[in-house]
Amino acid sequence: MKLYLQYFSMLVRCQMQYKFSFWMMVVGHFFMSFSLFFSIFFLFSRFGEVDGFTFPEILLCFAVVSMAFSSAECFARGFDVFPRLIKSGDLDRILLRPRSVIFQVLCSNIEFSRLGRFLQALLILIYAVLTSGFAWSFDKIIALFLMLTGGFVTFSALFILYAAFSFFTIDGLEFMNIFTDGAKEFGRYPFSVYGEGILKFLTFGIPLALFQYYPLLYLTGRSDRIGLIFLPLIGFLFLIPCYAFFRFGLRRYQSVGS
Amino acid sequence: MRKYWSFFRIRFIAGLQYRAAALAGICTQFFWGTMTLLLYRAFYQNGGSAFPMTFPELSCYIWLQQASLGMFMAWSFDEDIFSGILSGGVSYELCRPADLYAMWFTKNMALRMSRTALRCLPILLVAAFLPEPFRLLPPPDLFCFLGFVVSLLLGFLVLVAFSMLVYISAFYTLSTSGVRILVVSVVEFFSGFVIPLPFFPEALQPFVRALPFASMQSTPFLVYSGNLSGGELAGAVGMQAVWLIVLLVFGRLWMAKTLKRVVVQGG
Repeated sequence: MKLYLQYFSMLVRCQMQYKFSFWMMVVGHFFMSFSLFFSIFFLFSRFGEVDGFTFPEILLCFAVVSMAFSSAECFARGFDVFPRLIKSGDLDRILLRPRSVIFQVLCSNIEFSRLGRFLQALLILIYAVLTSGFAWSFDKIIALFLMLTGGFVTFSALFILYAAFSFFTIDGLEFMNIFTDGAKEFGRYPFSVYGEGILKFLTFGIPLALFQYYPLLYLTGRSDRIGLIFLPLIGFLFLIPCYAFFRFGLRRYQSVGS
Repeated sequence: MRKYWSFFRIRFIAGLQYRAAALAGICTQFFWGTMTLLLYRAFYQNGGSAFPMTFPELSCYIWLQQASLGMFMAWSFDEDIFSGILSGGVSYELCRPADLYAMWFTKNMALRMSRTALRCLPILLVAAFLPEPFRLLPPPDLFCFLGFVVSLLLGFLVLVAFSMLVYISAFYTLSTSGVRILVVSVVEFFSGFVIPLPFFPEALQPFVRALPFASMQSTPFLVYSGNLSGGELAGAVGMQAVWLIVLLVFGRLWMAKTLKRVVVQGG
C-alpha cells in the first residue's frame, strides 16, 4: 500500500509537468460527457420518456455508469495501455521485479485527467438525486453505493480481460472496445431498452446489467425485491475468470524480443 | 500535382495494410450501429408527436455513418505530423520542394480514405439486407443520389480542412492532447455524430446548421435519405462550399503566418 502511494504521488507530479495540457484534458473530458448529457436532454425533450423511464431516472443511470467507468479508467488505465507494454517489451522488465504483475501494471499508469469526466458525472448524479423525487431511504443509498462499486469492479475486470487478450494478439483488439467504450456509451440507458436478448447477455454473459439495470429497478421503485440491490456484488465474481485468463495469458507469454 | 498524387498513393497503400484491424473495426461498427438503432427504436415505440426523421431515414443515417466512419471520425489524426512538429522533424518536410499544406492535406485524405475503403462495403452490404425497418434503403431517386455524392465529397473536404487547423495549432502548443479532446468533443456533438442534428431543439436548428460542423457528415447523410430536399438541399450544399473555401483560405493564411515564425529546436 505504501508503495502504491509512492507511485501515486510520482504520477501526480509527472502529469503536473504539463500543467496547461493537463487542465485542457480535464476540461476536455468534462465537455465530452457534457455533450452526452445534452444528447440525452435533447432526445428527452422530444420524446418525453423511454421504455417507461423518465429523464431524472435516466440521468441517474447515466451518472452511475459514467462515474464507475471514469474511476475504473483512472485507476486501471495501466491495463488499457497494456498492449503497448507488450509491444515495446517493457513487460519483461516488470516480470523481473519482485512484485506481482497486476500490482505493477496498476501502478504503471494512473490517468488523472479522467477526473473531469468523474466530476461531471458527480454533478449529474447530484442533480438527478435532487430532482428524482425518490424517498432516499437508507437501503436506497446502499443500493446507489453498491451500483457504483459494482460498476467500478466490473469495468476494471473488463480492462484486465482486454489486457489478457493482448497476450495472444500482441496488438490491442478493437472489438474489445464494444464492451468497454460500448458499455459506457450505451449504458447511459437501462439495458432493457435494447431488448430482451441483449439484457440476458449482459446479465449472464458479461454482467454489466447486474450493477446497472436491476438495482435501478429497485431504486426507481419498479420492484420492491430488496435482493436486487445486492446483485452488483455477484458482478464481483466476474473478476475471477478475467484474472484467471490474465494468469493463463501470462504463463504462455513469450517476449516479443528487444 | 503528380507529387501530391504519389503522396496520396503511398499513404493510401500503407493504410490498406491493416486488414485484421479493419475486420475488427467492421464488427465493432456493426455492433455500434445495431445498438444505436435499438435505442432509437425504444424512443420511437413510445410514440411522441415530433419525429424529425422517419425511422427508415434514421436507419440510413446510422448505417451510412458507421460505413463512412473512417472518413469522418473526428478523433483520428496523423500522429506522424504531431511527432514531427514536436521532434523538429518537420524541418525536413519544409526542405522538400512541396507545399506543406497541400502535402498534409493529401496525406490526411489518403489515410482516411484507405480506412473507409476497407470497411464501408461489408457494412453497407450487410445493412442493405437487414429486416425492415433497420434496413439501409437505396436513395429515393437519382437526384438524391447525385446530391449525396457531391455533398459527401464536400463534407469530407470540409472535415479535412478543419482538422488542418488542429495540426497548425500544434506549432504553438506542442502537446496537443488537450486541444484535441476539446476539438473532438465539439466536432462530434455539432456534426451530428452523437445524435443526428434534426433531433436538436427547433430553436437551435438555424444556429447549428450554420456552423461548419453541420457541413461535415450531417448534410450528405440527410441528403441521401431525402430528409433534405429542394431549396433546403441547395442551401445546405451551398453552405458546405462556402465553409470549405473559408476553411481552406484561413488554414493557408494561418499556416503561412506560422511558418514565418517557426523555431525548430535542436540539431
